[in-house]
Amino acid sequence: MTDFAEIWSYLAQGPLLWLTATLAAYAVGDACFRASGRRPFVNPVLIAVLLLAALLWLSGTPYQTYFEGAQFVHFLLGPATVALALPLWDNLGHVRRAALPMLAALLAGSTVAVVSALGLAVVFGIDGEVLASIAPKSATAPVALGISDRLGGSPTLTAVLVILTGIIGAIFATPLLNALRIRDWRARGFATGVAAHGIGTARAFQVHPTAGAFAGLGMGLNAVLTAFLAPLLLDLFR
Amino acid sequence: MIPALLTLLSAQLGGEALTRLTGAPLPGPVLGMLLLLAGFALFPALVEVLRPLATTILGNLSLLFVPAGTGVVGHLDKIVSFGPALVVVLLVSTLAAIAAGALTFVAVARLTGSGAEE
Repeated sequence: MTDFAEIWSYLAQGPLLWLTATLAAYAVGDACFRASGRRPFVNPVLIAVLLLAALLWLSGTPYQTYFEGAQFVHFLLGPATVALALPLWDNLGHVRRAALPMLAALLAGSTVAVVSALGLAVVFGIDGEVLASIAPKSATAPVALGISDRLGGSPTLTAVLVILTGIIGAIFATPLLNALRIRDWRARGFATGVAAHGIGTARAFQVHPTAGAFAGLGMGLNAVLTAFLAPLLLDLFR
Repeated sequence: MIPALLTLLSAQLGGEALTRLTGAPLPGPVLGMLLLLAGFALFPALVEVLRPLATTILGNLSLLFVPAGTGVVGHLDKIVSFGPALVVVLLVSTLAAIAAGALTFVAVARLTGSGAEE
């Protein structure tokens, strides 16, 4: 009989095992999400990440080995960003009519995201590499990693902070916006996309298609603005 | 499927190449999105070619964040030492940013008369 350990050591080297594990973990997370009646705090990304992190830790697998397989999923972030052109096109009429409110909300949301995060972090005594990693956390993952790298942060730590930001936004956007009595789907979606990038956008699409389209737009515009703002604002805090 | 995939990847490739060429701080895929939008304006037939694939990808957007998120395993030391502070930072700043963005949007929409839609 072939040793189980032998099969494992063979499979654990190639990309197939970890690609399969990534999809399986997400399938479990998504099943939990559906079973809960689509409650935002049962976040499929959070569940999948916790399952995979536990699996890597238990099996002593380095993240680099895992990423060999998971990179095929990770790669699709780029084409997905490009695909956001479709909801944008479908909502072009709305977008034209709302250009000024969008511009103002983008400036407000983006600045508040960076300044409040850096200000609070400094109060808690966070500095150096970790502080630089926090600055771009509201931007979409591929963009935030690039900004973090340029600022002397840690791109992988930024990735984690970006994901957590998105999950927080996805969980709290609906109750927060309800409490503020904001009923305009454009405002709700746009603000969520600016503050909580793709994960917030994914959540907005579940709530309402117009909210989703505006969230995608907010995410795209904030990726551009954060690239300009984060270096300038980080200089004020260090 | 293939024409749609080819269109998406070409737009991204064009975006990446243009940001490198011009040194623009714009991320490649974001510029690719703008290129594709321009493509839709020039060739409206492209929209329906792309719709099935784009809808599938955007419908499963959350999955794409799992590999990067799993990078948390490499930062357990920092998460342990800064964990509670980081959670408070992210929680407060994300909620503040959503509230600021949404309230500003509604206020400016009211001022400029680009009225709310249901």
